[in-house]
Amino acid sequence: MLRKTLIASAVAATMLATSASAETLRWTRSSDGLTLDPHSQNEGPTHALNHQIFDTLIYQDMDINYQPGLATDWYIHPDDPSVWVFEIREGVTFHEGQALTSEDVVFSLDRARHEYADMRGLLTSIKEVRAEDDYTVHVETHDPNPLLPNNLTNLFIMSKAWAEEHDVETPQNYAAGEETHAVRNANGTGPFRVESREPDTRTVMVRNDDYWGIDEYPMEVSELIFTPIESAATRVAALLSGEVDLLQETPVQDIERLANAEGIRNEQGAENRTIFLGMDLGSMELSTADTDDNPFADLRVREAINIAVDATTIQRAVMRGNSEPAGIIVPPFVNGYSSELDEVVPADTERAQALMAEAGYGDGFSVTLQCPNDRYMNDEQICQAVVSMLARIGISVNLDAQTRSLHFAELANGEYDFYMLGWGVPTMDIEYVFNYLYHSKESDLGTWNFTGYSNERIDELTVAMASETDEETRNAMIEEARQIVHDDIVYIPIHHQMLTWSMRDDIDFKVQSENTPHFKYLRFNQ
Amino acid sequence: MLAFFIQRLMQAAFVMLVVALIAFSLFHYVGDPVLNMLGQEATDADRAALRTQLGLDQTILVQFWQFMVSAVQFEFGISYRSARPVSELILERLPATLELAIVSAIFAVVMGIVLGIYTAIQRGNWLSRFIMTASLIGVSLPTFLIGILLIYLFAVELGWLPAFGRGQVVELTSWWDTGLLTTSGLRSIILPAITLGLFQLTLIMRLVRAEMLEVLRTDYIKFARARGLSRRVVNLRHALKNTMVPVITIIGLQLGTIIAFAIITETVFQWPGVGALFITAVRFVDIPVMAAYLMMIALVFVVINLVVDLLYYAVDPRLRVQGGGK
Repeated sequence: MLRKTLIASAVAATMLATSASAETLRWTRSSDGLTLDPHSQNEGPTHALNHQIFDTLIYQDMDINYQPGLATDWYIHPDDPSVWVFEIREGVTFHEGQALTSEDVVFSLDRARHEYADMRGLLTSIKEVRAEDDYTVHVETHDPNPLLPNNLTNLFIMSKAWAEEHDVETPQNYAAGEETHAVRNANGTGPFRVESREPDTRTVMVRNDDYWGIDEYPMEVSELIFTPIESAATRVAALLSGEVDLLQETPVQDIERLANAEGIRNEQGAENRTIFLGMDLGSMELSTADTDDNPFADLRVREAINIAVDATTIQRAVMRGNSEPAGIIVPPFVNGYSSELDEVVPADTERAQALMAEAGYGDGFSVTLQCPNDRYMNDEQICQAVVSMLARIGISVNLDAQTRSLHFAELANGEYDFYMLGWGVPTMDIEYVFNYLYHSKESDLGTWNFTGYSNERIDELTVAMASETDEETRNAMIEEARQIVHDDIVYIPIHHQMLTWSMRDDIDFKVQSENTPHFKYLRFNQ
Repeated sequence: MLAFFIQRLMQAAFVMLVVALIAFSLFHYVGDPVLNMLGQEATDADRAALRTQLGLDQTILVQFWQFMVSAVQFEFGISYRSARPVSELILERLPATLELAIVSAIFAVVMGIVLGIYTAIQRGNWLSRFIMTASLIGVSLPTFLIGILLIYLFAVELGWLPAFGRGQVVELTSWWDTGLLTTSGLRSIILPAITLGLFQLTLIMRLVRAEMLEVLRTDYIKFARARGLSRRVVNLRHALKNTMVPVITIIGLQLGTIIAFAIITETVFQWPGVGALFITAVRFVDIPVMAAYLMMIALVFVVINLVVDLLYYAVDPRLRVQGGGK
């Protein structure tokens, strides 16, 4: 009897071991990573793919907490607030065998700041990167920058020797007209090695058995096959027919169907993105309106719109429950979020109408709303709902819904009065929101502030909070700034987006709010 | 003959030039690639710098001239999206599209002719009527819907065939990977080929049927019947042969359409061909890829038309007389 049990458990143990060591995961989402060159594009799907192959100094885990990657520790230099010290992990090797030292880190940070690197936008505060010894790196910034580590979570570390060997010390130069070795080849330190890659079709990765964290993380996926599928219906069909195991970005209309399908389950979580409407409140006159002044310049009109746009109805009718109505343009897990300001204003048509009348627009006006139709979840449908909601207070809205590249180009060119935008906060701090959305539009600041809103106090606070290292002072600044823009109703918040991933029901994995899965954390339920 | 040929060739070159010019002026309206290429953290100065790097700050005419100069050398620059040479991207994707187009053309031609003959000969029986009614669906349903319906039926509900992709491919030569030699590759091509070929099938079937009915009414068929030849010989040898002349013309012209229409089918089935490449390029405002693809499709049509024109010239003596009898 005892022997029998022993044999049984031995067999079970072997089975467990083999199934854990040889599991293939087939992963799909709508678009492929653009390139394996980790510094040349600053784009979500590209980073998500590269996170499997490369490591960063610091990364955000599945709960978006900051975790040590290739840096084991990081702190502001005790003697100089403008210097960040990074202690580099020892004993790490790249996939092709080179040992990681601080030289590689310095090289990668410099490469990412090169003029051909799209990543440089995140690193403008850096003055110099120095290797102090083999495993210590000092990063000096122009001014003290308490948020620097938050900007490094998608900053992948390459091997300097490999880059020199393959002549890829700088990212792709489009003008040069040739392909570089780094576009389709990668030599990282990450949990998976690239075995083969056909762009837009199939990328096969195998587990890196020499990974520094092999004992620290589940690492149950031995082979990771990534096949992007552009058409939403086909993507869902591929999961239903068992041709893929995990589907990132489940279309809203299919969430319920997949929840009811046998052998498939959904995981949901808040996404790091808030959807809102912006309007040109700075111009003297609107270009698409039938008035000879600018109604949006009047706070009462903006308040009326804010009251008339009913985020709760949009959540129920358009998003089928898959969104979180918002009152502030910051997702809940970001530093500087305020649940008090995130309270949704209840819809009240009568009060909105009264405000319109008070502002002198009792008979309403007409204006064009510009919307993308392939960028955010159900973006065009949300705008359609807004059109009918605003019709009730006399604003006759013409909807202009178009593809994202046109939508954003028109915003950048200033051809709009009223528009939809979504915003995420990759640095996990509200300073990013003030920097891009609220600061007056100047050369490097307020680049996404298309409203014409300009407030000296906000500009002052934005610049100050970027370099303030004292937490208490900084929090007071944040509190003041977010109250000002809330009272001024610069934007009309709609909701925080929700993410849904669908997977085979024996997969133990959850949604990451940055939409960046780390497959080293994935487990298979026995 | 030579004058005719040169005249046609110059017309073809002119068509290509016009297509290129139209394509280029259209790019002005698809949006700004620089916004896609640089992340949201980029400053206006960064964007301006990239625009200069790509030559997008030049006027349309200057850009067009530079494009034409490189295009005649089959040099289409670097894709903005994937940072790889465009000519290489297209050549890499072309085999997939050609295989799909050829398989679906064969499917459309064979099934179209067989069903056309059947419905012409068995006019009025219930099966013919059913086929004729069903063919209306093939004409009126949009391609993407047919594709999605096939996927749900054969991949999701029945689980017989794969829903996407091209299956396993093997290298035939260094520049041609084929999916037609592996089981998974053959299984993968069935649904997209049907989707792509359904419209042509209906067209060919209706054409064959109409021509056949016409021919069957002619005197020589009546004579053939009167001579006591078997129905089989009359229908397949005497009638069918004379039906095929217009059918072959149409098939030739439709081949270009199949390659061009592959865009939708390829997107629905995630088929890694040039059509899918074009769609992703449009979404990303990848101007070099869009320009090269449009030029390629224009070239396909121009070449087919040129060949058809020359064949007519060879076949039809009247054209030779008009050309001055040379």
